[in-house]
Amino acid sequence: MTYFPEEVVEHIFDFVGSHRDRNTVSTVCKAWYQVERLSRRTVFVGNCYAIGPERVMARFPGINSLSVKGKPHFADFNLVPYDWGGFALPWIVAAARLCPGLEELRLKRMVVTDDGLELLARSFPNFKSLVLISCEGFSTDGLAAIATYCRGLRELDLQENEVEDHGCQWLSFFPDSCTSLVSLNFGCLKGEVNGGALERLVARCPNLRSLKLSPAVSVESLNKILARASHLVDLGTGSFAVDHRTDVYHTLMNSFPKFKSLRNLSGFWDASPCCLRAVYPVCTSLTVLNLSYAPAIQGDDLIKIICLCFKLQKLWVLDSIGDKGLAVVASTCKELQELRVFPCDIYGAGTTSVTEEGLLAVSSGCPKLNSLLYFCYQMTNAALITVAKNCPHFTRFRLCILDPGKPDPVTNQPLDEGFGAIVRSCKNIRRLSLSGRLTDQVFLYIGMYAERLEMLSIAFAGDSDKGMIYVLNGCKNLRKLEIRDCPFGDIALLKNVAKYETMRSLWMSSCDVTLGGCKALAAKMPRLNVEIINENEETYEFEENLSDRHKLEKIYVYRTVAGPRNDAPDFVWTL
Amino acid sequence: MEDHDNLKATELTLGLPGTDAIEKPTTAAPNVNKRSKEEEEEEECCGFTGSSGRPAAKAQVVGWPPVRSYRMNSFRERKMEKKEEDTTGIYVKVSMDGAPYLRKVDLGVYNSYEDLTDALEAMFKGFSLGKRIIQRQAHDLHESEHAITYEDKDGDWMLVGDVPWEMFVSSCKRLRIMKGCEARGLTSSP
Repeated sequence: MTYFPEEVVEHIFDFVGSHRDRNTVSTVCKAWYQVERLSRRTVFVGNCYAIGPERVMARFPGINSLSVKGKPHFADFNLVPYDWGGFALPWIVAAARLCPGLEELRLKRMVVTDDGLELLARSFPNFKSLVLISCEGFSTDGLAAIATYCRGLRELDLQENEVEDHGCQWLSFFPDSCTSLVSLNFGCLKGEVNGGALERLVARCPNLRSLKLSPAVSVESLNKILARASHLVDLGTGSFAVDHRTDVYHTLMNSFPKFKSLRNLSGFWDASPCCLRAVYPVCTSLTVLNLSYAPAIQGDDLIKIICLCFKLQKLWVLDSIGDKGLAVVASTCKELQELRVFPCDIYGAGTTSVTEEGLLAVSSGCPKLNSLLYFCYQMTNAALITVAKNCPHFTRFRLCILDPGKPDPVTNQPLDEGFGAIVRSCKNIRRLSLSGRLTDQVFLYIGMYAERLEMLSIAFAGDSDKGMIYVLNGCKNLRKLEIRDCPFGDIALLKNVAKYETMRSLWMSSCDVTLGGCKALAAKMPRLNVEIINENEETYEFEENLSDRHKLEKIYVYRTVAGPRNDAPDFVWTL
Repeated sequence: MEDHDNLKATELTLGLPGTDAIEKPTTAAPNVNKRSKEEEEEEECCGFTGSSGRPAAKAQVVGWPPVRSYRMNSFRERKMEKKEEDTTGIYVKVSMDGAPYLRKVDLGVYNSYEDLTDALEAMFKGFSLGKRIIQRQAHDLHESEHAITYEDKDGDWMLVGDVPWEMFVSSCKRLRIMKGCEARGLTSSP
């Protein structure tokens, strides 16, 4: 390859798409490193504290797409304190200075401010796409800035963010000249929406293919929007609260058959069973259906819809679907690849839900199933073993038995054998979440068989340090390990310290690691940040006086080339 | 239950905050563990099929079940809003000839003309003399005292019962229970 001129090498690298492959290619030799870094257009930073923004942009001056993730995954479940960090502003500031050609920015679990959004909007003349997932810290004022200054904006995708409502006028800030929108998702906004501004915006964007409305958008508005947007591929319906006896509903019913391109349907926040009939005409072409935010739709009504959806590839539902409903999924949705079943009644009043029966049915009826998120009240080893046999193609398998540490109800055994069967059979498994009663044995299996595993989530499991050690010594592709409420201590933590530099991060909370153990880890591995998150106000002022045997509530360990971070709040100590 | 209490001292938990002891498990004596788990399960099974469900303590484990706080919050909020929304209905005024005051009914709670007629009869019972207050079918007109009529969207007074129920509900603005003799002039049949 050294005989080839750089342009040729660069051209070859055009075909090397994935981040990992490009990262690998850049390590071959200095020449390749140079060619690669100058031709790189997309950068993905999995941990915003692993490297500083300036360094990324100095290395890759030509990027037009940047993706950054902030808080640890367990922040989704309120385990990470509110102001832990993950600030987007430094990245926006650096990009404004060093990468003015930026076109796309994708942020996940980060703190984004209105100032940051305004800076973003004003700094990048070619800006086309903003995707914010599970972020917080901004308001509709920030959105107004994006609308105002991003000429040629194609995509504004807000997924599950906490957005402060400062009024509904932000939509009106899209100038009349804005006709370029392809994708608009504001489903997570809680405040009122200016229906007229929305309707006019939709009317003047002929390329709009994806539109996801917030619950505040009324059905009357939805009707007007649908009249103008019959080329939609992806629709989030907004509230869908309509009385099926009204004219409004009849208009809605007459709209849906016109959507020949519709493949992806979600929303239905306040839908009642009767008005779901309006969507029946499009069900037969749907590939993605998300009814997981529609608690009023119970099992039988879900079944009526699902038995029409024979092309479905992705289904998200609530557990009110029941085992019976899942049997219908199994017999109808032969193309199904991804299934997510969420708990309807989180506070556990014992309403209908799903058990191992439902999962068994789906595993035997849906041969293409490769991704699962399943909340259930119980699971058996026998079922898991059968599921493993039926579906050897799982890449993501997340099972959550709602009662922590619950064994197999039939045999009263831990679920080691069941999960063991899963990892043995599913050679490509990349993501795994465990639950139920589990001993060290399951970790032995995981360490032995889960060669491609990248992310492992463990809760209320294991008997001793051995469990964690099996995982750290096995699983050669492990990138993220998150553990809560397990009896793993310093011995496990310190057994294989080199491993952490091959991983993105380790999270441990409510385990048995001590201050002494973490100090030892930090001393041995200078290129790791060992963060101790101490919310107990009594102790953090006396950190010097804390004994090494003091058990730590939460630790977050991650590799970094940026050293300890300078934006850590008081309750975070980096050792 | 007594045994259970004694066991608690040696009972192994997996450190669920909110339950009694926040002891971390040390060395496990499997038998003890199993026994306590079984007992927990029994309690739980009963709790399940019963009305009150699982023990309250379980719901207090921080960050469990691992459902995104966004999803949990949106359910909680919708639940609260729903309670407020349930109070809206399709209320129309009902007048009855000869009655000193009007009433209001929510057409949304009825599914058929039968239901509505029964309800109106019950409502205006005190004002009528005859056995059958309101005509049920067209031919009853001669036997009953009153007929139900309604004002539609166009402002016309129509005899109730001619069009499908849903259509009636969506076009009815108010109801009037007319004296039979006046109502005869409104029948659709010639």
